[in-house]
Amino acid sequence: MYEVRWHGRGGQGGFTAARLLGMAASVHEGKYSLAFPSFGPERRGAPVLGFTRISDEKITDRSQVDECDYVVFLDETLVGETTLLGLKDDAFILINTAEPEKYSTMTDKQIVALDATSLSLEVLGRPITNTAMLGALVALSRIVSLEALKKAIQDGMKPSLVEKNCAIVEKAFNMVKGAVNNG
Amino acid sequence: MRMAGRKIFISGDEAVAEAVRLVSPHVISAYPITPQTVAVERISDFVEDGSLQAEYIHVESEHSAMSAALGAAAVGARTFTATSSQGLLYMAEVLPYVSGARFPIVMMNANRALAVPWALLSDHRDSLSQLDSGWIQVYCEDAQETLDMIIQAYRVAEDERVMTPMMVNLDGFVLTHTYELVELPDQAALKSFLPDYSTDNKMDLDVPKSVCLAAMNHYMEYMMKQELDMRNVESIIEETDREYGDMFGRSYGGMIEQYMCDGADAVLVTLGSVTGTARVVVDSMRSEGYKVGLVKLRFMRPFPKAEIIEIGSKVKAIGVVDKDISVGYEGIVFTNVNSALSDLDRVPQRLNFIAGLGGRNVSKAHIRDMYMQLLEVAEGKEKEKIQFVNARCEYNG
Repeated sequence: MYEVRWHGRGGQGGFTAARLLGMAASVHEGKYSLAFPSFGPERRGAPVLGFTRISDEKITDRSQVDECDYVVFLDETLVGETTLLGLKDDAFILINTAEPEKYSTMTDKQIVALDATSLSLEVLGRPITNTAMLGALVALSRIVSLEALKKAIQDGMKPSLVEKNCAIVEKAFNMVKGAVNNG
Repeated sequence: MRMAGRKIFISGDEAVAEAVRLVSPHVISAYPITPQTVAVERISDFVEDGSLQAEYIHVESEHSAMSAALGAAAVGARTFTATSSQGLLYMAEVLPYVSGARFPIVMMNANRALAVPWALLSDHRDSLSQLDSGWIQVYCEDAQETLDMIIQAYRVAEDERVMTPMMVNLDGFVLTHTYELVELPDQAALKSFLPDYSTDNKMDLDVPKSVCLAAMNHYMEYMMKQELDMRNVESIIEETDREYGDMFGRSYGGMIEQYMCDGADAVLVTLGSVTGTARVVVDSMRSEGYKVGLVKLRFMRPFPKAEIIEIGSKVKAIGVVDKDISVGYEGIVFTNVNSALSDLDRVPQRLNFIAGLGGRNVSKAHIRDMYMQLLEVAEGKEKEKIQFVNARCEYNG
């Protein structure tokens, strides 16, 4: 089972990313998935968490996600001592940042960076980084295929958002694919 | 014949809304403000876009939501409403009106903690406070079961042998806000499973009669009839579950589900979504050779007394996980299970685990610890009978 934790701020679409990943895996790749937010009040701007569990088997475990395989930061101001806890030994940390070297001393885990803010301003015209980071995660992890992810965006986002978000996912995917060189 | 349906990735709230669209009630009444969930917003969207032909009544409180449903049911309408937590308590005054008048209203309840302190996270104290309201109560483990049980609830509640309202409970956030893959039954096939609702138990200008009647001298007999009918509900629940399984490929075992109980020395009794986590623990402990099993209690009313007695006669220790506490005594499910077990000549050892209050995490490690303790008491060791699990302070019970 893969467990992914998404860090964002209310309104940045962290949970939407968690949900699109789950949709891609379950509806389009025949796997099982749960996607859920951190439970509690919803407030714009406040730190929020999203989670995606993905498995080839039906998932019945409803307890908290304790240790993740991947943690994704949509907003680098959320990277800190406590938000870097709860990771498996071989976990990856994905950060939306233009300065990844800032974080290399904070953790012994592997960091993958993408300047998703610049990319989203260029492609979407707005600094909404959730789908860019989703493309980055899929390039790194191959939990689902790029095609399944694009289908999930077509099914799961407003029609007016689909074209540009498919484009940004593909761009982010190719940028990170080149960087991590995992085929 | 098994009919495969379309699969979509939705939340527990949306699964309720999809089920309501499929069963197509005449009237939905709802109060949309916290602690209400988005289920009623989605239903309102369906009425707005025409995919659900129903009268949608926005009311000013949960008390009015149930009162409006009562009024609609009194003229023979199929009705639906939904609530949660304090909202259910605010409805409480109307609940026995509905069950006493024998109106088969179906209601979703998102199980969330009662105030104060304000938490609103998953907890069973809201619905368990209404066990005596005369409603049938079912508890669901995932979004698929929730969708299936909303549908089955109408079939059971509207059965002329039953004519009793039903509350479909799902854990707040853990199920209401979690997205998962859910299969929708084919609507045409559903028509034959759940025919249109018609009843003589209604106000009718052509056949005038009194409903919700006063019965000063017959009150006792009315209550007795209600109780006797409720005792028969169990077989109708089981028959409905089997038929649903034959048509749509999913059935849930009727009143309870026994998971890996064959040859078990110790079993846990669970209600709602924590069952799923316990399954994982049972699988891993069984693979290590521990004789443990799981009893998923699906219905709290009517209570599966015979099933609990049968399990009690086979095992050495029973643990009950209560996501509630009756302050001043013990877990409410524990009290009910104990009452059934008291019919046995040899009552197994029992422990009560108060867990998950206000949404507190119940991890696989916590559940494993419950099983290890049960295996120890099965061998004659003493343990604290009522325990708070994963609490951050000591309890001197």
